[in-house]
Amino acid sequence: MIRFSKPARALAVVAVAGLALSACGSDDSSDTPDAAASSSGGGASAFCGKNIAFLGALTGDAGALGQNMVNGIELALKEHNDKNADCQVNLKKFDSQGSPDNAPGLATQIVNDDTIFGLVGPGFSGESLATGKTFFEAGLPSISPSATNVTITQQGWTTWHRVIGNDDAQGAADAQYLTGTAGATKVFVVDDGQDYSKGLAGKVKDSLGDALAGDDQISVGDTNMSAVVQAVKSAGADAVFYGGYYTEAGLLVKQLRQGGFTGTFMSGDGSEDPSFVKVAGADAAEGAVLSAPAGPPPADFGATGLYSTQAYDATNIFLAAVDSGVSDAQALNEFIGSYTGTGVSGPIAFDENGDITESKIYAYFVKDGKLDVDNPEVIE
Amino acid sequence: MHLDALFGSFDNFLSYTTGGLVFGAIYALVALGYTMVYGVLQLINFAHSEVFMFGTFGMAWTFYFLHGSEPVTWSLGRAAPMLLASLVVAMAVSAGIALLLERVAYRPLINKNAPKLIALISAIGASFALAEAMGLRDRFASWVGLDDDLANYVSPEKARDVYSNPVTIQPHNLFDVGGYSITDVDLVVVLAAILMMVALDQFVRRTRFGRGIRATAQDPESAALMGVNSTRVVQMTFLIGGLMAGVAATLYMMKIGSTRQNAGFILGVKAFTAAVMGGIGNLRGALLGGLILGVMENWGSAVFGPNWKDVTAFVLLVLILLVRPSGLLGEALGKARA
Repeated sequence: MIRFSKPARALAVVAVAGLALSACGSDDSSDTPDAAASSSGGGASAFCGKNIAFLGALTGDAGALGQNMVNGIELALKEHNDKNADCQVNLKKFDSQGSPDNAPGLATQIVNDDTIFGLVGPGFSGESLATGKTFFEAGLPSISPSATNVTITQQGWTTWHRVIGNDDAQGAADAQYLTGTAGATKVFVVDDGQDYSKGLAGKVKDSLGDALAGDDQISVGDTNMSAVVQAVKSAGADAVFYGGYYTEAGLLVKQLRQGGFTGTFMSGDGSEDPSFVKVAGADAAEGAVLSAPAGPPPADFGATGLYSTQAYDATNIFLAAVDSGVSDAQALNEFIGSYTGTGVSGPIAFDENGDITESKIYAYFVKDGKLDVDNPEVIE
Repeated sequence: MHLDALFGSFDNFLSYTTGGLVFGAIYALVALGYTMVYGVLQLINFAHSEVFMFGTFGMAWTFYFLHGSEPVTWSLGRAAPMLLASLVVAMAVSAGIALLLERVAYRPLINKNAPKLIALISAIGASFALAEAMGLRDRFASWVGLDDDLANYVSPEKARDVYSNPVTIQPHNLFDVGGYSITDVDLVVVLAAILMMVALDQFVRRTRFGRGIRATAQDPESAALMGVNSTRVVQMTFLIGGLMAGVAATLYMMKIGSTRQNAGFILGVKAFTAAVMGGIGNLRGALLGGLILGVMENWGSAVFGPNWKDVTAFVLLVLILLVRPSGLLGEALGKARA
């Protein structure tokens, strides 16, 4: 998830997280967590009795989201500590409020704390970019449950990993969905010109190839979409992809439907929020497809909220390293780099940049006038 | 550049034009507030955008109050009774905020003969204060323990987020102009805006109060000597500006359906631009400026792409001011003859 400058975005995800609470205990029993408790192989690790750090938003607009991550981390630690009385690992939390301005100071605290051997986080892309160098130079391995900006893993920070698909993975999957599942042959792509939006929409455009019927850019805060509607109609598009956030996405789909557009409307995780339906109106939003790199947690999972599964999986990778007797930072980083397993969020393995090799992108649907957060489809 | 997008077919040209007229009409109504206050006080009321923003919330609150929070889609006819009620509420809310502004942010300064620049700063401050107050309405409600009862109105935890009318007003096509369907909603927006403008124009030109407004605009001292109560005239000016902003807010919500605590900003800048373009202080200029701005924006969107919309609008403003520094119709509230 991207957070360069958009507090509304944070609110969006908080809301989704809130809804995801209700997702637990419904259906969809997927495979049980198994990456956690591999029995200790190489004797007691020097990391026993030490701490994992969490860096992310715990208060502020996106505070609920960071709290979800902490829930996942604490669940993993509890399961581990209950089984290994002689090797307790604890959590130290650092609240950045999701801000790239606060994060660097906290990053310095983390790398100067000898009791911390690994980091789950940072939560958002902005703070990841602001702190990556600090962690890399200190040699502190990190795994982010939620930062999706493509450029983070292009910086050469070999200690930086994430267990969530990046925006390119999402863009490619979205293009795939549009031309495959939705059967679109002429897709019109619109974005709002922000870093996240341009990145996502750009990847969709690249992946569409000949199916791209045209593209346009609007501005954040625009309410008059009539020019875009006209351009879409002139292009004869049978699907529209929008890269951006839910307010403009809602207005766009509303005015497209009012203008007579009947094709598929799709947008990314910036729009995956119940407010999208409110802005568009239930009728115009019906059938809209909103993708996100995170799915709801499995029914028997002990923590709740968006990104709790990713945080749980990230923590378990550190714990697996501890259990296997890894005792220094370099060995830990190598362990993470070559780690393979299946977490509650899906199969996990990292490429040489620290990106997850196989990421699941989910398509959420607006059904019966509501964003159905419980039953997304995995885009294959 | 896609000149063909605009001029390639006459259909496209017509549809971009009519789409622009609808927004232009809303700009024009908001522009009236800027123009009236400037005409009388030679003061740019930068807080007028917030007067409009409060009106949009007044409109949505009415629907929550009368209909509830269940999202539905209604035709214009089905929504008409509630629309009329919401129009009254929005006008009352906007006019109330405008009068409050006058009382709190301007009158104390005017009474002390403060320089115009001070009042301008006061206006900017009031604009921030009003927008932030709307963004904090959930906190205010929780202070008095009403945030649960008023959850639909104050959106606890999401007060700064987008706020939508639960009733989506579904436009119906009346007839097609080129490829663009003229809908009943579009028609109502344009007609209502023009009707309000004509009514206001006649009010200022023909009534006793209108004569007082014009007299004060022309020469405040002589007007006062002739028995015009200048405080009342200033109040009246803010009131009228607020009422018009309330109408604009209702029409805007009818067309767009969503607002937020900072929704006034961009629209306010556009409306101010329209007022300057037409000749600030000139009522008919505001109408002309609003419509031209709305249409030019859409043409700019078609030719250069939607992200160049604002550039087109402001380059146009610069060009017009280069040729006619006092706007298309000149600065003239006081000069209108009865």
